[in-house]
Amino acid sequence: MFDFSLITTWFDSLLRDTLGLGDFLSILIECVLVGVIILAAYAIIAIVLIFMERKVCAYFQCRLGPMRVGFWGLLQVPADVLKMLIKEIFFVDKADKLLYMIAPFLVLIGSVGAFAFLPWNKGAAVLDFNVGIFLLTAISSIGVVGVFLAGWSSNNKYSLVSAMRGAVQMISYEMSLCLCLISAVVLTGTMQLSGIVEAQGDAFGWLIFKGHIPAIIALVVFLIAGNAEANRGPFDLPEAESELTAGYHTEYSGMGFGYFYLAEYLNLFIIAGVAATVFLGGWMPLHIGVAQVDTVLDYIPGFFWFCGKTFLLVWILLWIKWTYPRLRIDQILKLEWKYLMPLALLNLVLMTVVAALGLHF
Amino acid sequence: MKLEHKIFDVKDFASEMAKLKTEKHFDFLVTIVGEDFGEEGLGCIYILENTGSHERTSVKVVASDRDKAYIPTVSHLWKGAEILEREVYDFFGIIFLGNKDMRRLYLRSDFKGYPFRKDFKAEEGYSLEDDNEPDYTMEYSLKQDGTLQATQHKLFTDDDYVINIGPQHPATHGVLRLQTILDGETIRKIYPHCGYIHRGVEKMCEEYTYPQTLALTDRLDYLSAMMNRHALCSVVEEAMGVELTDRIKYIRTIMDELQRLDSHLLFYGCCAQDLGALTAFIFGMRDREAVLNCMEETTGGRLIQNYYRIGGLQDDIDVNFVKNVKKLCEYIKPMFKEYDDVFTGNVILQNRFKGVGVLSKENAISYGCTGGTGRAAGWHNDVRKNHPYDMYGNVEFDEITYTEGDCFARYKVRLDEMRQSVRIIEQLIDNIPAGDFYIKQKPIIRVPEGQWYTSCEGSRGEIGVYLDSRGDKSPYRLKFRPMGLPLVSAMDEILRGEKIADLISVGATLDYVIPDIDR
Repeated sequence: MFDFSLITTWFDSLLRDTLGLGDFLSILIECVLVGVIILAAYAIIAIVLIFMERKVCAYFQCRLGPMRVGFWGLLQVPADVLKMLIKEIFFVDKADKLLYMIAPFLVLIGSVGAFAFLPWNKGAAVLDFNVGIFLLTAISSIGVVGVFLAGWSSNNKYSLVSAMRGAVQMISYEMSLCLCLISAVVLTGTMQLSGIVEAQGDAFGWLIFKGHIPAIIALVVFLIAGNAEANRGPFDLPEAESELTAGYHTEYSGMGFGYFYLAEYLNLFIIAGVAATVFLGGWMPLHIGVAQVDTVLDYIPGFFWFCGKTFLLVWILLWIKWTYPRLRIDQILKLEWKYLMPLALLNLVLMTVVAALGLHF
Repeated sequence: MKLEHKIFDVKDFASEMAKLKTEKHFDFLVTIVGEDFGEEGLGCIYILENTGSHERTSVKVVASDRDKAYIPTVSHLWKGAEILEREVYDFFGIIFLGNKDMRRLYLRSDFKGYPFRKDFKAEEGYSLEDDNEPDYTMEYSLKQDGTLQATQHKLFTDDDYVINIGPQHPATHGVLRLQTILDGETIRKIYPHCGYIHRGVEKMCEEYTYPQTLALTDRLDYLSAMMNRHALCSVVEEAMGVELTDRIKYIRTIMDELQRLDSHLLFYGCCAQDLGALTAFIFGMRDREAVLNCMEETTGGRLIQNYYRIGGLQDDIDVNFVKNVKKLCEYIKPMFKEYDDVFTGNVILQNRFKGVGVLSKENAISYGCTGGTGRAAGWHNDVRKNHPYDMYGNVEFDEITYTEGDCFARYKVRLDEMRQSVRIIEQLIDNIPAGDFYIKQKPIIRVPEGQWYTSCEGSRGEIGVYLDSRGDKSPYRLKFRPMGLPLVSAMDEILRGEKIADLISVGATLDYVIPDIDR
């Protein structure tokens, strides 16, 4: 199996031994480089996702989607990004300027922070703590503050209603999101993301196979709650276009809006990525217990396994978004507090029983 | 219908109207027509229907003093009268005693004069100042000595959270403004503001010749362009005693039903879009395209059809029309199933629609909410059944009614009506008889003196036309009964205590079209 740590150790020794740089300089260079790579990947994946969404939804709807800019419309999204970059950023009269400025960054921080946790390949996890899951959920919840501040500071009544909706919805759904992750932690016995992936390396070792019923329930609940957490349809109430025009980001233009837009798509990717990591084995190939087949599957780099699984989940979420109508705020909360959360709690108990009695595969 | 008015005096008008309502069960106020009778004074014509026997009658009341014209209100008898009286007040300056909301409805609040009075001069009306909208309403009552007394009512209290939904809003389907008082997400009160696309169509008609007035009807409710013009043509033809050939009647019926199909498909699409289900929206638009193609070949228009004229049709049907319509019927029938699969059966949709925005049968009649909205509440109000015109008496079709009166019933009525439209078309399309498509009229059409009211079943209710002719080449007064105005006036009643998101579902299922409300 391709181990990305080969490259990282080579680069580290290049800086330290070959170039003879000290601890401070080599760590500084490495950190800056990793940061740049993360941000670049963040932007590129956003572009890919936006293009994917436009094409996928077009085919669901018997349309072609973007076709004019570049071959098969490939340059449409880069053109849109360019347009957004050169747009004027304006301020709203009587808005709370400071909060209005900070809000998009808070949303972005939450999402980039969570993004950095994704293990792309063996040895290619940027942040990998022993309390990784815990920190991941903590960092990703910063986004709520951004959404709330954006709506609050815009001095717009629609935005205010949307901010309240956003805060209520995101805080509620975080509950079942975390409960599902905890049930995975119960089964694997570790909170470290790389540890969770390593634990899924046996034959049919992915958690949905290993943890069977409780794991499948956890995955489904996780995807529903994650969809709500990322404010995607059918849970896109905070921006509910037909009700609140654009909700909390109504008053943003240019890159202010662009950040919200980016974060929305990346949150979708992160939800799918975390679900793929925790329940579908992340970069771990599917091992079926026959040595020859497993060896062949191991030749496919983990990066492709991870992206394949993640994009499959993204595609499922897109499918749901483009088919379902939007819920109402009380229905959304009822769904969470009356059904999903109790279900996730019971599921946690079930998972604990399964793990304690060794009823898993 | 030629109108033979019951004439009431202003003094005993209120009691006589109450008698009509309670003793003779004229419980549906079709419309109130304000009119400047010239020497006689200003007055109103009330058209009433008994919803049991479908008998219609009209009442005329005249206030002789032009400067201080007043008539007692009937808004306590028919809830829909409140907004209709506001319209009359706006255009004629007739004050309705006891109506709690005597603000202008369509025109700016600083408009000077009353434009539908015959002595109105256009240059007086407009001002270039900023329009300060009043935040109070006026209620007038009569004092002992015969002078008017005005009382102010505040619209809002100081700590109301007021949010304007519209005039520019994706879910109002046009420039309607709903001033909504919110309590968190819950709606406490809605004040509709109309008139953002008011063009004075009725006033323009008074200066046009009869054939010229036809051009304006397609621009009222553009989704029932055919029916609007059908109603106007019918009223003129009835007044002049024109006998139509069967061919004209067949084609008009088919075209009306195609138009209804077009409108309901758009309804389905917009409904889905308002709820955020964009795939269903595209499905609706995709099939509407097929309907429009069928109509376009004959009429040349897709939105503005311009097809009927007084005495028949603009031109004969296209040679391929019959073939294409049959193909359309075959194509569209399996699609209805697809709509149900992708949208109607969806559990989220059912949760959003069932039990939401209930309009009871009594309220539907009282507000005059005709069309699918009324039928969803169990009110049998289909003009095609109650007052059959053209071929509707000879074809088999069901009047779709539900009893729930909620959003889901309103939605289902439209979907089922599409099936009925296809059924009607299929019965007629194969046997369109030969004959003239146009009965030749004189170059200048003069309608004999008298008053007529004719209505057709539009896409979203009864579209009626009242015509008062004084024997000239243009009408003395032409009044369209808007299908959407009663719907908008009922919104407050329907939505009080519901959530903002329900306002969207209710707005989508009421299916109003703004140019029809504003005229």
